[in-house]
Amino acid sequence: MRGLDSPRNGPKLGWSRVGGISQTRRVFGVLIRIDSVTKRYPDGTVAVDRLSLDIPDRSITVLVGPSGCGKTTTLRMINRMVEPSEGTILIDGVDSRQQSVNTLRRGMGYVIQNAGLFQHRTVVDNIATVPRMLGWSKDKARARARELMERVGLDASFAKRYPYQLSGGQQQRVGVARALAADPPVLLMDEPFSAVDPVVRKGLQDELLRLQAELGKTIVFVTHDIDEAVKLGTMVAVLRTGGRLAQFAPPAELLSDPADAFVEDFLGADRGIRRLSFFSSGGLDLLTAPVVAVDATAEQIACRAASDVPYLLVTGLDGRPLGWSEPGALTAGRVDVGQLLPYGRPFVAGKDSLRAALDCAVLSPTGWAVAVDAEGRAAGVVSQTAIGEAIRGAHAHASAHAASVDPKAATR
Amino acid sequence: MNRFFDIPSDLQHDWLGLIVVHLREALLPVLGGLLLALPLAQLCVRLRWLYPPVLWVTTVLYAIPSLAFFVVLIDYTGQTELTVMIPLTVYSLVVLVPAIVDGVRSVPQETLAAATAMGFGPVRRYVQVQLPIAVPAILAGLRVATVSSISLVSVGMLIGNQGALGNLLHDAQIYNRPELAWNSVITSAALAVLADGALVVVRVLLTPWMPGAKRGAKSRTAGARPESAAVPALEDAAR
Ligand SMILES: Nc1ncnc2c1ncn2[C@@H]1O[C@H](COP(=O)(O)OP(=O)(O)OP(=O)(O)O)[C@@H](O)[C@H]1O
Ligand SMILES: [Mg+2]
Repeated sequence: MRGLDSPRNGPKLGWSRVGGISQTRRVFGVLIRIDSVTKRYPDGTVAVDRLSLDIPDRSITVLVGPSGCGKTTTLRMINRMVEPSEGTILIDGVDSRQQSVNTLRRGMGYVIQNAGLFQHRTVVDNIATVPRMLGWSKDKARARARELMERVGLDASFAKRYPYQLSGGQQQRVGVARALAADPPVLLMDEPFSAVDPVVRKGLQDELLRLQAELGKTIVFVTHDIDEAVKLGTMVAVLRTGGRLAQFAPPAELLSDPADAFVEDFLGADRGIRRLSFFSSGGLDLLTAPVVAVDATAEQIACRAASDVPYLLVTGLDGRPLGWSEPGALTAGRVDVGQLLPYGRPFVAGKDSLRAALDCAVLSPTGWAVAVDAEGRAAGVVSQTAIGEAIRGAHAHASAHAASVDPKAATR
Repeated sequence: MNRFFDIPSDLQHDWLGLIVVHLREALLPVLGGLLLALPLAQLCVRLRWLYPPVLWVTTVLYAIPSLAFFVVLIDYTGQTELTVMIPLTVYSLVVLVPAIVDGVRSVPQETLAAATAMGFGPVRRYVQVQLPIAVPAILAGLRVATVSSISLVSVGMLIGNQGALGNLLHDAQIYNRPELAWNSVITSAALAVLADGALVVVRVLLTPWMPGAKRGAKSRTAGARPESAAVPALEDAAR
């Protein structure tokens, strides 16, 4: 990823980390330090109250909380669109007030709800805005814009379109691309995905995680959706009304040890289930005995049925699951695929979380979950009871090794 | 028909010459008004309290009959085109200032926040973001100002044949040739319609970014104005 590589064109950032340079830095150093910051608006509203946060480098920090709790205000104090009334904000150890606002802002991408695109400019020109402002030539800025369109998953044919010709999700992608255009080390995102439907939102979230893995930006992400916070955040800051910090922790810790009743309430009733997202399904004991191929002989079926499993999983010749059947209902050589019970949605053993495994078991008409390998071939089956045991085991393990939990171990 | 275009020699121009003079006297004030209105509107957007008094002043100035302006101005600028154009410039402000202010204010908050967050200073933001997005509103204002200016020029005949096509009205009376009055009215109306059409073309060229469907919906309000404005504007010519 080459960004502000030309010394003539590069902005004078107050901190000297642009583009590739940051690769050498220690992961999870502190990049932005919010130090007992208070914001009192002229009408007396205290939007943020003595907030202190250390925002780690090269990771996603999510600010979450109910409406009006000061998330936007906090975010805008970082790029000085709002000036703090008290306290300081240090960026890589330097007070953010020590450089000109416009220089500071050009080193931080900003993405907002509804994208805030320039309706009078084409997609490429929207994305090229900051590079152009930094003095890049038109061709170079546009080439960079096209590169970014590809990176955020926008087809090149959109380049010459105007914002009104895009869907909400596409506009949001343009917004992200525009914020990334000058390769700023910091990305501030204010509810960027809240105006799109759940399917598109999930797509954008996955895309953001992928981008983050590729680019290693320091992202501060505002949302009021706790699921989004748990999914995206390396660290999650829960704010309460009045702009006070309720808890600042990795999502797994938030779910297992909410600091108080407010946080617990905010996490919702199913936080126990959601917490399972953080445990890998890799430790489950998968049974292969109740799995029979569709062309199995009578002896094979009889032999499998002998195991104390009430159902057999029938697989196709390619190993993919076809459906469940009671052993007695199977006749060798004449298996009627249409008569099989649906097997629901399988989980990928090892890759998916215990939450996905439990979900499969709950949805399965037999109460058993089907595990598949990466190619979709049946890897085994596992009962609700076995999953329940694995959950208890994982909890015991997590509390024993609380410090060494890798919050991103399982794919959610 | 010959007598229709047979312009009396005291007007010192043939028919086409009168049209050129008429357009000059009508359009220069609109241009001047636009140049005045742009910074004035920016001030009104920046300093919210300034807008109501500015609006009030422009309205009061608009209420002053052009004859009163002429009486005052004639001591300074004489019986010239300038004497006609100054009041017209002032009149155009009553349409242009609110058109620009409303247009600029209609720029969505998110767009402004995005611009600020990208490091746009206030001037750059006004020129590169707010004004371009306000173009449809500004052009709607320009259409009204242009049409009304074209009809108002005619009053210039009151100060010694400075009314371009309007002078024909006077000559129609003194030479008892009603066809000259018809010529005056029809030609100014045609000019107004053509100028209005030209501005519509300019708007379309300047705003390729406007949604086609929305354009139809928007110009229903903007487009209705010049036509309905043209009627009182023609009546205004008697001022
Ligand atoms: N310019 C302002 N003047 C006065 N009060 C303000 C201003 N901007 C925000 N506030 C108040 O400050 C508080 C925090 O606002 P903020 O926009 O930061 O909330 P938020 O957490 O982003 O909320 P939401 O989730 O609804 O976007 C609110 O009570 C709001 O009314
Ligand atoms: Mg907000």
